[in-house]
Amino acid sequence: MDKKIRVLIAKPGLDGHDRGAKVVANALKDAGMEVIYTGLHQTPGMIAESAVQEDVDVIGLSILSGAHMTMFPKVLELLKEKGADDIMVFGGGIIPAEDMEKLEAEGVAKIFGPGTNTHDIIDFLKAEFGEKKK
Amino acid sequence: MNEEDKKKYSENKKRYFEKAENIKTQDIDFTTISSESVNPLYAPDDIHDLDYNADLGFPGEYPYTRGVYPNMYRGRFWTMRQFAGFGSAGDTNGRYHYLLDHGQTGLSVAFDMPTIMGYDSDHERSLGEVGKCGVAIDSLRDMEILFDEIDLSKITTSMTINAPASILLSFYLAAGEKKGIGFHEMGGTIQNDILKEYIAQKSWIFPPEPSMRIITDVLEFCTRNVPKWNTISISGYHIREAGSTAAQELAFTLADGFAYVEAGIKAGLDVDDFAPRLSFFFNAHLDFFEEIAKYRAARIIWAKRMKEKYGAKKNKSLLLRFHTQTAGCSLTAQQPENNIVRTAFQGLSAVLGGTQSLHTNSMDETLALPSEKAVRIALRTQQIIAHETGVVNTIDPLAGSYFIEAKTREMKEKAEDYFQKIDRFGGVIKAIEKGFFQKEISKAAYEYQKLVESRKKIIVGLNKFAMENEEIDIPILKINPEVEKNQREAIAGVREERDNDKVKRELERLRKAAENTDNLVPVILDCARCYCTEGEIISELKEIFGEYQEPIFL
Repeated sequence: MDKKIRVLIAKPGLDGHDRGAKVVANALKDAGMEVIYTGLHQTPGMIAESAVQEDVDVIGLSILSGAHMTMFPKVLELLKEKGADDIMVFGGGIIPAEDMEKLEAEGVAKIFGPGTNTHDIIDFLKAEFGEKKK
Repeated sequence: MNEEDKKKYSENKKRYFEKAENIKTQDIDFTTISSESVNPLYAPDDIHDLDYNADLGFPGEYPYTRGVYPNMYRGRFWTMRQFAGFGSAGDTNGRYHYLLDHGQTGLSVAFDMPTIMGYDSDHERSLGEVGKCGVAIDSLRDMEILFDEIDLSKITTSMTINAPASILLSFYLAAGEKKGIGFHEMGGTIQNDILKEYIAQKSWIFPPEPSMRIITDVLEFCTRNVPKWNTISISGYHIREAGSTAAQELAFTLADGFAYVEAGIKAGLDVDDFAPRLSFFFNAHLDFFEEIAKYRAARIIWAKRMKEKYGAKKNKSLLLRFHTQTAGCSLTAQQPENNIVRTAFQGLSAVLGGTQSLHTNSMDETLALPSEKAVRIALRTQQIIAHETGVVNTIDPLAGSYFIEAKTREMKEKAEDYFQKIDRFGGVIKAIEKGFFQKEISKAAYEYQKLVESRKKIIVGLNKFAMENEEIDIPILKINPEVEKNQREAIAGVREERDNDKVKRELERLRKAAENTDNLVPVILDCARCYCTEGEIISELKEIFGEYQEPIFL
């Protein structure tokens, strides 16, 4: 039987908009994944630490405050420092297309913009982890 | 109706419904955006017990269902107030002049996240956030730049600031003072609504108890010294944006309002001294009639409770005056030009609902902060409503509509049900601690998302009429990448130039005031005058008041 995909949904920075993060967390849970939600106002350090401690497969970052170009790379960098760069990072929020491309080039697996169907996120994660978790 | 007419009406109605039931109906969802069912038709007996005097009254008269002023938009239009702020104070000052030059009639400040959360631009937690989703304001110096060449005795300014509201208000008053304008001449609004922060917007600093103390300090200070200031803008906007239904927005917002009234009374203030300066802030979502009914219901509930429960005597204490912003969460990143149309309908519902002030969203807000072009179109949308559609000619033109009156009553009843639930928790703060609001809202948000994904609710351009390989070709506002560095340098300059002995003394005074029960605002004002930074003031207060720890609910 498949082992469940473990996901950390996190809100980095000072942004308090948590509607999207919670909707995604609930949808992934309903799709049978194990979901841990950090709550708000997390530093990249807190997120990397939680990810390692919780032994997750993947981190989902949600940012709507415009701080994405600082927060995403910082989380990736800290994971690397901890030797945990096998943990995949994806994200969502108010992020212009140009920045999405840059972040994906820097190692963020995928950015989902406004209007994303949660099934697309579920399918994406299942495709990424389907094989590995057998 | 005489007996014969009544008989005829009953027969006609029966015949109509029999006929209508047998006609094929489209297989689509006919509920409101809040998933409330509505009838296909409303008729006189849906409002047979409507009592004009008790339920409606005339505009400017109790219970104010038809509007808070006798002449409404014939007296003056709503204030056209676009929420704006990005980059440095200088960048945003440029935007304000642009908006004023294009006919905007009030200002509204959007602060960046560090300012909202009480961190200076050079704090490590501010990294990457400075000037990004609003303007960076660290001290009185930035506030002076923000309002350069703007006459603060002529324009009113709204500031979306909550946990540190007393500080930003002090910066504003001190900036006016330096221009030679007296406090009694300055008008505006601070949001100062911490309860909805715990409930929905999540930008808190202190725990509820000291937060409520700061708010009552502001109420008291402004009542005596800044009589034209709206001391709390009790906000449903963020509750709705976080995913609530219309009825939840209405109920939770008014419940917060009553909690502030009770806090003011408990602090020893006379309700008629502070209630006239409380104002409201609602969302204008897409379900046109549901929104109009919401605004009308809000006015009647507020007026009745203020009079009957809190014993307000002045008419001004009974008026629910409100600002409206169109629903950001209804906008799509796909085919963004369609957002202009959504916003126009939403703005129209706010005007038909009797708003005092309006922000219309720009088409590009799901992508970034508004470009000049996008915000100009948004402002023009309001100007078209005001000058071209004719809806301003007649006050509360939908009154007496069977549907609108039935729906207004239904909204009111739904709100009353929620008030009882909140009372059973022991009030708003207790309900927050138990996660009641938070869970209701995230449940509603998730339910709605599922309806969209199963295409029971249609969003044009997203889950129907979508375009493959769509290219977005509207301009996107870029924030100057130097803003964070510049802001750090500016704050270092302020710290070097000011009288640091005085700063130390004032911060010490502030700490003592916080430990005691003195009103904090005059002391914060003195801190502002000698260029203490926001972060320094907040740090002192955090040491006394502590910080709020979020209970996590999914």
